Amino acid sequence: MNLAEGVQLVSFIILTVMMLGAALAVVLSPNIVYSAFLLGGVFSAMAGLYLLLNASFVAAAQILVYVGAINVLILFAIMLVNKREDFAPVKYAWTRKIVTAAVCGGLFLLLGTTIITTPWAIDSTAAAGDEAIYILGEHFFTDFLLPFELVSVLLLMALIGAIVLARRDIIPDSSNVVGQDDLKLPEKPRELVSAGADGESS
Amino acid sequence: MNSGIDLQGTFINSLQDLGLPPGISKLFWMPLPMILMVIGATVGLLVLVWLERKISAAAQQRVGPEYAGPQGSLQAAVDGLKLIFKEDIIPAKADSALFTIGPILVILPVFISYLVVPFGQNLIISDVGLGIFLWIALSSVQPIGLLMSGYASNNKYALLGGLRAAAQSISYEIPLALAVLAVVMMSNSMSTIDIVQQQSGYGILGWNVWRQPVGFVIFWIAALAECERLPFDLPEAEEELVAGYQTEYSGMKFALFYIASYVNLLLSAIMVAVLYLGGWESPIPLDRLAGWLGQPETNPILQVITASMGILMTLFKTYLLVFLAILMRWTLPRVRIDQLLDLGWKFLLPVALVNLLVTAALKISLPFAFGG
Repeated sequence: MNLAEGVQLVSFIILTVMMLGAALAVVLSPNIVYSAFLLGGVFSAMAGLYLLLNASFVAAAQILVYVGAINVLILFAIMLVNKREDFAPVKYAWTRKIVTAAVCGGLFLLLGTTIITTPWAIDSTAAAGDEAIYILGEHFFTDFLLPFELVSVLLLMALIGAIVLARRDIIPDSSNVVGQDDLKLPEKPRELVSAGADGESS
Repeated sequence: MNSGIDLQGTFINSLQDLGLPPGISKLFWMPLPMILMVIGATVGLLVLVWLERKISAAAQQRVGPEYAGPQGSLQAAVDGLKLIFKEDIIPAKADSALFTIGPILVILPVFISYLVVPFGQNLIISDVGLGIFLWIALSSVQPIGLLMSGYASNNKYALLGGLRAAAQSISYEIPLALAVLAVVMMSNSMSTIDIVQQQSGYGILGWNVWRQPVGFVIFWIAALAECERLPFDLPEAEEELVAGYQTEYSGMKFALFYIASYVNLLLSAIMVAVLYLGGWESPIPLDRLAGWLGQPETNPILQVITASMGILMTLFKTYLLVFLAILMRWTLPRVRIDQLLDLGWKFLLPVALVNLLVTAALKISLPFAFGG
């Protein structure tokens, strides 16, 4: 075993332990904020595993999307609504825990046996490494063209939708067809400052 | 076009000549560029803090730091020493684990991003194919550290500051990434080396800033917002939030935030230089100059001069941008939080999208100028 393989093995063990530990802690921790932060740890460890598999683009995308966007969104949601309230103890809560543990253990055993017994066709060609971006691009524009275009149109729609929602002035205010009050979002009236200034001047 | 000095090869070869096996000599080489880069970033930080104090003083017609070292140039080091010796306080009701991890999570991605900072053809820690994308991905980790420290401080100002900082980072990441995407589209590569290579050959005329003027402005605004520099320093707006997420921090943990913010500013300035101002390229192409003087590319003296000029040019452009950022700090008033988010979502994002579209159209219609 040379240096590179040794480093790889040690990193694999560290990453696996980190991922399993963090994932278990996410589920078992009573503090929801800790769970959310540990979820970021799980995603980062997963990115590390991708990196070990020579899939650096996937690893970076994992960090960008899961850690940088989804996890931050979860944290935002928790911090904006978290009232630091102690939950009242529920009677027979332990039965629920036991049932959950049994279901999860059964699922784990089932998946484990499936993984072990299935004769996987292991691809022996070398990983693409940095060339992976070009290969991904080629796949996107040949055999995965339709799903890729659909997803990109969907994302663009979401992006433009966000802009339109933010710039309410684009939407015409008066629509005589539908009752106006039905479509209004429950929000404060805009331009509070100028409204006050108008009140003073009149 | 592969000129320049191969320090790694020379170092490993000379160690092998001393009788060490190849694996061990490579092991000796590996930490060297990393340590060098960390030291370089730290020294750059000290210079930056000194410049900030001096230029701020000049902008306000003061003298600024004067006694620590010549012209007060050791002031930043003295600040650092002071922070090391200060008591490290963790508030009684704070969450001590998260309170400690927060600053570390803020500073780590910034230093790791220096992996892809190029100072020359071979003067880079690792020319990973991901390049600039790695920087964007890593910088998206920072908001978690900010949220963590804001939450763990158990202080409403800190929590609000942390939420504001995270909201600011994630909203300005999108225009930043779209501006970078336009450059990547023109260079056909995400590697920082390739991006600079694509701008080389014509001196100052070949730089991306002429082809991407809109992208340059978007990137600079978004980078300033990511660094929480004025006019976007809302997370630590003193009048409203005391000091934002760093209110409860003292000693070395506060220093970590301080270092992270300045090293991040330096990194952003370097990235602007790499993406839009030709990186290590001089305004006058050195290769052609050497060609006119009749020097071959393999001339060792010429190679040393080219490499040092590359480092000098990168640093010069970086500090020019830093100077601009410091001047802006004392020129522009701070925006409000709603104005900040309006600017990001309603103005920068649509403009960045249109810029990307126009770049794609120009790349197809004028492939000779926009990297077909």
